[in-house]
Amino acid sequence: MSSHIPTRFRVAVAQIAPTLGNLSVNSRIHAEQIEAARGLNCDLIVFPELSLTGYYLRDQVPEVAEAGDGGLVRGIIAVAGDISVAFGYVEESPGALFFNTAAYVEAGNLIHRHRKVYLPTYGMFDERRYFAAGDRFRAVQTKFGRVGFLVCEDAWHLSAAVIYQAANIDLLILMANSPARGVGKSDLSSATSWSLLSQTYASFLNVPVIVANRVGYEDGVCFFGGSHIRDSGGELLAEAPLLEPTLLTAEIDPRVSRRQRILAPLFRDERLDLTIRELERLRDERLDG
Amino acid sequence: MNVSTVEPDSLAIHCPLVEKILVGFVKNEVERVGFHKVVLGLSGGIDSTLSAYLAAKALGPENVCGIRMPYSTSSNETMDHGDLIARELGIKMLTISITDQLDSYFERFPDATRLRRANKMSRERMTILYDQSAAQNALVVGTSNKTELLIGYGTIFGDMASALNPIGDLYKTQVWALSRHMKVPEVVIRKNPTADLWAGQTDETELGFTYDEVDRLLVRMVDERAKPADLIEEGFEPAFVTRIARMIQTSHYKRRLPLIAKLSQRTIDRDFRYARDWGT
Repeated sequence: MSSHIPTRFRVAVAQIAPTLGNLSVNSRIHAEQIEAARGLNCDLIVFPELSLTGYYLRDQVPEVAEAGDGGLVRGIIAVAGDISVAFGYVEESPGALFFNTAAYVEAGNLIHRHRKVYLPTYGMFDERRYFAAGDRFRAVQTKFGRVGFLVCEDAWHLSAAVIYQAANIDLLILMANSPARGVGKSDLSSATSWSLLSQTYASFLNVPVIVANRVGYEDGVCFFGGSHIRDSGGELLAEAPLLEPTLLTAEIDPRVSRRQRILAPLFRDERLDLTIRELERLRDERLDG
Repeated sequence: MNVSTVEPDSLAIHCPLVEKILVGFVKNEVERVGFHKVVLGLSGGIDSTLSAYLAAKALGPENVCGIRMPYSTSSNETMDHGDLIARELGIKMLTISITDQLDSYFERFPDATRLRRANKMSRERMTILYDQSAAQNALVVGTSNKTELLIGYGTIFGDMASALNPIGDLYKTQVWALSRHMKVPEVVIRKNPTADLWAGQTDETELGFTYDEVDRLLVRMVDERAKPADLIEEGFEPAFVTRIARMIQTSHYKRRLPLIAKLSQRTIDRDFRYARDWGT
């Protein structure tokens, strides 16, 4: 691991359609995508949420889970070589706790796990029934700088982004399994919301944002894709089509972040103490009822 | 004329995107379980026609078989439109009459009500579709729209039976909109919807309201969860609101698996929960 930030790096987003709970097929898909990214001279490849397992696992959750460094993860490490890889799987920890986890592999090691904090359990979602919730947002030092991970619903909680801003991250990675819904007159409402979120985070945290969303169907639910990469001004660098499997790539130039932060020093001027004080006051008032 | 020209925003759909999602749905859900073909009942009505268009686009017309299953009272228009659709799409078509088996059965029960006869016809057609699906190594595509599924205007284990249904989340007025987009012949879009279970039957006469009216209510009531009091304030007739709410509730059994008495730790569908696409 190095703290050196390269001038530029090339990222790939694997907008894939994993099978539902067929781990060997999904491992093969990962290996193929990693090889393809290598062929395109990428330094980093990002897979969607639960990319090794599929989404609507329900009672399969304990059946597809593995400990943090089990065979599935070792398999990814083995094919990754010098490409850094972010992927999703079901992580089992002692006490039969199952987490919806984003894992990050770099230089032959699993160096970070983000356990999804916000598990949607409403409408079409039932995650809290099957998963334990993560309890932290921690940035990780990578060769691309400090990286923050958000898994799907995590990104809908602005507090998570605020924490990563305070952590002074250099790159934000959003891994999602967002279903197509709201096929209104002009567009897909779920796709519009994700685009708005990533643009907001890129613009106000002044970091590049990578959004990896899956495609494919599970029990009639269509995952819409639309993965994209933004620079730290919020500009789209690359965008995958809706519904189609795609290996999306773009070059990220960290110098854009520096320019943006000179233009608008939002991080410098952020008043962390004030925020903490006000949040604590609100928490206490809530506790007081 | 039942086709709305102006749709309220809440019923508006992005037709190219919906087409793409539904075509992908048919292809994906058929092929992931090892099939390549589908069969569907082709009544000549808009629902089965749109389903046939989606299936033909998803799988290729050579992999779609439309089956006309007329009874002696079925209208000529039904037969002609089935023909027209099959020709337009280039799909295979079979015609299998259900007259003999229906008449033979009801000879023993001459007093059977019209509803019993209608339900029997629907289930007779279902058994033919499932037998043909086995003969052709195909899956049965369902053709029930969201309006009729919600108000229970269908026969359980009859026309409601299928392996997959591409149009079950589209209201009838949305079915019309998508059909126009997919260039379904106008003569099929504009005809008066009918189950054609007896001569002269039309959906809207039998139901006592138009699809325009009920779709406007359903989208507010179901999708937007509006309360009855709000709906009445918006101008819906109180009796209409009450009637539709009751139709949804009393037909709910048709939309669920049969009840299973719970005994074990893991009862099917209650605490034995897997997606149908499990492992694929």
